[in-house]
Amino acid sequence: MIMSCVVVIAWNTFRENVRDKILYNLLFFALLLIGVSVLLADLTIMEHHKMVTDMGLAAMNLVGVIIAIFVGIGLVSKEIERRTVYTIMARPISRAQFILGKYLGLAFTLLVNVVVMLAVYLATLWMYRAPVHGALLQAVELIFVELLLVTALALFFSTFSTSTLSAILTLALYVIGHLTTDLKAIAEKSHSETVKAVMTGLYYLCPNLEALNVKGQAAMGTAIEPSYQALASLYGLLYAALLITAACAVFQRRDF
Amino acid sequence: MDAVLIEGLTKTFRSGWPGLPPVTALSGLSLTVRQGEIYGFLGPNGSGKTTTLKILMGLMRATSGKAEVLGKPAGDVQVRRQIGFLPESPYFYDYLTAEEFLAFYGHLAGLERAELGRRIDHLLEVVGLTEARTRQLRKFSKGMLQRVGLAQALIHDPELVILDEPMSGLDPIGRKQVRDLILSLRDQGKTVFFSTHIIPDVEMICDRVGIVVKGKLLATGRVDELVRHEHTQSVEIVCEGIKVDEVPVIKAAATLVLQRGPHCLVALPGPDRQEEILAAIRAHGGKLVSVTPQKGSLEELFFQQPGAHTDGQV
Repeated sequence: MIMSCVVVIAWNTFRENVRDKILYNLLFFALLLIGVSVLLADLTIMEHHKMVTDMGLAAMNLVGVIIAIFVGIGLVSKEIERRTVYTIMARPISRAQFILGKYLGLAFTLLVNVVVMLAVYLATLWMYRAPVHGALLQAVELIFVELLLVTALALFFSTFSTSTLSAILTLALYVIGHLTTDLKAIAEKSHSETVKAVMTGLYYLCPNLEALNVKGQAAMGTAIEPSYQALASLYGLLYAALLITAACAVFQRRDF
Repeated sequence: MDAVLIEGLTKTFRSGWPGLPPVTALSGLSLTVRQGEIYGFLGPNGSGKTTTLKILMGLMRATSGKAEVLGKPAGDVQVRRQIGFLPESPYFYDYLTAEEFLAFYGHLAGLERAELGRRIDHLLEVVGLTEARTRQLRKFSKGMLQRVGLAQALIHDPELVILDEPMSGLDPIGRKQVRDLILSLRDQGKTVFFSTHIIPDVEMICDRVGIVVKGKLLATGRVDELVRHEHTQSVEIVCEGIKVDEVPVIKAAATLVLQRGPHCLVALPGPDRQEEILAAIRAHGGKLVSVTPQKGSLEELFFQQPGAHTDGQV
């Protein structure tokens, strides 16, 4: 019963995303990928294959992050603003089950997106006779982990703030998450103790999204160590789990 | 065991800004709803009705006091299997069709597929939406949404049904359908606790009623008892052939006199001096046309309550 309630909420969230035409972005992705590839084929003389490979991964990442943030921020706040949460919370379902169901619903939407985008991507590579290697799949797997983490961030903020504020906070953390090595470098080079403390604190607190970014190596055809991939995936999933737990704790205390 | 037990319930909302005083929505509210009855929770806008229902459903926590539903603390997850709830002006997932919508809530209530199918068919028929079962809710009128909302509250055949303003926004036919539905629930042995500010609906169907104003319960009991005990029944006497101005005893006793030529209407505040006035009419050569005791209404009782004619503080 516990799991079935989560599955019911998750399935309904997925259905909502499909009926809100979220999956139309796949068309956008396909057009973007094919359009850019055709353009680059005409413009570049060297490394045409690498650019197509690189652009495909970047497009996949971009489309996924846009969905994760802009759907994620409404996962809970929209339910509260529209008061649909009243009738759901009147059922024998705990608030944690509701949060988990909403998260898994969007995660499944993202999974479908990533799988379809990957298929389009591989077809494009095949069309341009670009080499397809395992490193690409490693990069896509870590892109998906990053999407799960960004979704958890958006969900966490959406439990206590408005959609607009959640979007700003999630975007800010997404950007900072890709600059964590710079934060560490600033902390090491700064002479101010305050700056050192703030930057070091931010470095450890903010998600290190760069750890999940191996697109550059993958485009070059360089595979990462399986142990690194496992560790990076574990890091991303644990961070997401922590955020979901925090979201449950915040949501548990809310009055509607 | 009472279906609903509320004792000394208080809810205070913190102000959003420092320095501003907190807002009290409920102030020591106490009431009970017995099993198998229809209880009307009557009050003006902002009197604390919705806050009370939200606390009972676990959507909001009380600042202090006790609230129990079917013998369990309000908000208990398991007891919600036996409660159906319809919030005020509900918004539902409008991308779902009526049957998908009911199936969603039925699954959440843990209904098996076969039973769920039967309940959906039955309830769509009860609320008159069988023909709209495959239509998305975004194409529903407000009345249809209210009816499908009622169906979701009943999908798991609950013991206790809590409805927040179930008749608001409905046309007279829709209101009658909802009234009939509530009465049929009582016939099935269910308990119905509903809030409203539409007095005739309460008078027509409720076994008992509670009047809440500014977060306090000002009166509770059977409608006829409340009206009889707390509202003085007036008497209207119509006669002809006398001029009331010339009969001081009538003028002194009446709360209202309407003289139209030989016809005269005299309103007395109660039946106490009725015989005396009738004797005075006869003594002055007047002819009695009618004597009508005016039954007090819940509406008059409601407006006697201090603060009932203005919005509350919530």
